[in-house]
Amino acid sequence: MRAFTYQKATVPADAAALVGRTQQAKFIAGGTNLLDLMKLEIETPAALVDVNHLALKKIEATPEGGLRIGALVTNTDLASDARVRKDYGVLSRAILAGASAQLRNKATTAGNLLQRTRCSYFYDTNMPCNKRVPGSGCSAIGGYTRQLAVIGVSDSCIATYPGDMAVAMRLLDASVETVAPNGAKRVIPIADFHRLPGNTPHIETALMPGELITAVTLPKPIGGVHIYHKVRDRSSYAFALISVAAVIQKDGTGRVAVGGVAHKPWRVEAAEANMPQGAKAVADQLLAGAKPTEENAFKVTLVQRTLAAVISQAKKGQA
Amino acid sequence: MLDSDFRTTNAIFTVSLPPTPNKERNLMNDMNPLSQLGDMKLTRRDVLIAGAVSTAAASVPGLAAAQTAALPTPQAAAQPPVMAKLSLKVNGKTESLDVDTRTTLLDVLRENLHMTGTKKGCDHGQCGACTVIVDGRRINSCLSLAVMHEGSSVTTIEGLGTPDKLHPMQAAFVKHDGFQCGYCTPGQICSAVAVLEEIKQGIPSHVTGSLTEKPLLSAAELRERMSGNICRCGAYSNIIDAISEVAGSKA
Repeated sequence: MRAFTYQKATVPADAAALVGRTQQAKFIAGGTNLLDLMKLEIETPAALVDVNHLALKKIEATPEGGLRIGALVTNTDLASDARVRKDYGVLSRAILAGASAQLRNKATTAGNLLQRTRCSYFYDTNMPCNKRVPGSGCSAIGGYTRQLAVIGVSDSCIATYPGDMAVAMRLLDASVETVAPNGAKRVIPIADFHRLPGNTPHIETALMPGELITAVTLPKPIGGVHIYHKVRDRSSYAFALISVAAVIQKDGTGRVAVGGVAHKPWRVEAAEANMPQGAKAVADQLLAGAKPTEENAFKVTLVQRTLAAVISQAKKGQA
Repeated sequence: MLDSDFRTTNAIFTVSLPPTPNKERNLMNDMNPLSQLGDMKLTRRDVLIAGAVSTAAASVPGLAAAQTAALPTPQAAAQPPVMAKLSLKVNGKTESLDVDTRTTLLDVLRENLHMTGTKKGCDHGQCGACTVIVDGRRINSCLSLAVMHEGSSVTTIEGLGTPDKLHPMQAAFVKHDGFQCGYCTPGQICSAVAVLEEIKQGIPSHVTGSLTEKPLLSAAELRERMSGNICRCGAYSNIIDAISEVAGSKA
């Protein structure tokens, strides 16, 4: 690990200003992904600004009837919150399907949104990777691709966004609140927060340098049966091959978002109009234009079959 | 078996071996002094440290070359460490330290405070061997900077029980043979103690049936909640037996 200076911030705008004006500075909250990457020297910040002392640890009701989740609320606290369990079950389920209890106790809401891909070529510093070293090439294309993306890919990168929580947040139309180094605040819809790789796969989110996430807000509850179905190589503590987040209403309408298939949580609102026609009709439109490799083509079929299982489960009223 | 029995058996074993190629014979000669360690009052840790030092000495030229190749710029290599003051409570005792900012909580426990009960396995949050309880919550101490724990209260395996007065979870692991090599065991036990508290607090898990009801104290719940602690010896079923017994006696 490279040497770095360490400072604690106590006010969000100060933290953003500090990172904004310091060379190669990064925020650290839970640190469960950043330290992992710093040990491998994939991340080499010269300065860390510890944001754990900011007053961003509350989950509050919003005037619109939704919830405002502070950036530092841990995965455990968010998944355990009574309001989230009752009204946003898919979010609790998605969080609990990810990582281990030890990691969820440390990982924060904002940090989880910013976790980086687990593409093995990104992690292997001996191999070219456009995400790690822009312009160096993509070792995954033509390499071992079973875990990697099937849609929204580019000639520069076929990595996936690895997380579960963000898939549920995409489904629930969450918004990300931020503060910039100059103190300006803005709200980014979750649909625009994560980016497709294009020819700049190293730029993964809409955040500007030094911009700090302060909260994630959820609109008012939408009812329905909430399901998060994650398919992975072992029954616990593994990243998704694919995952399906769904909220399905009694009349058969609903929403679907998919994880493990793209560089961002994948949702196509137009495909959801096909929900009453069943899984195939939805999946065909959701993954139209998919460009899988020989090794990961199974993901396209797996999404459709998992969605069929989810719809069937919803009909029985089981969350 | 008594020490003397052990030596006798070992001597017979060595003498009765058929002729071996040079390489293997050297290995046997190297191993022979180990049978005398009982008299030398060396702990297993001392032996491991001695081994590590000799290995490092033998491989220094290769290591130095590899490190030079891996560093992109000489500038980066020249950056001096940044030190920071830190005060935290470990097993009830306040410790004040001056540490390199890069030091993880795990390394502070093991290298600065010489509390080697907490183990370093993967050092990347994948194995759970480094699990400790910080301010009531179990975490991977390898993925947390020590400087982020100013004022924290840390409980390690050394703080749960002592050889004379085992924590009930430690006693249950011994009783149910919840380990083989023992390397993952401190992390398993810290995790297990925290698991029972998490279920008591009503924190749900991936296998919890209904999100709006309290989680059950079932084997399926324990298995899921312990999935962040890997045991390469495969003592899982005995670990679940041990935790179930402690859970049962508490209920």
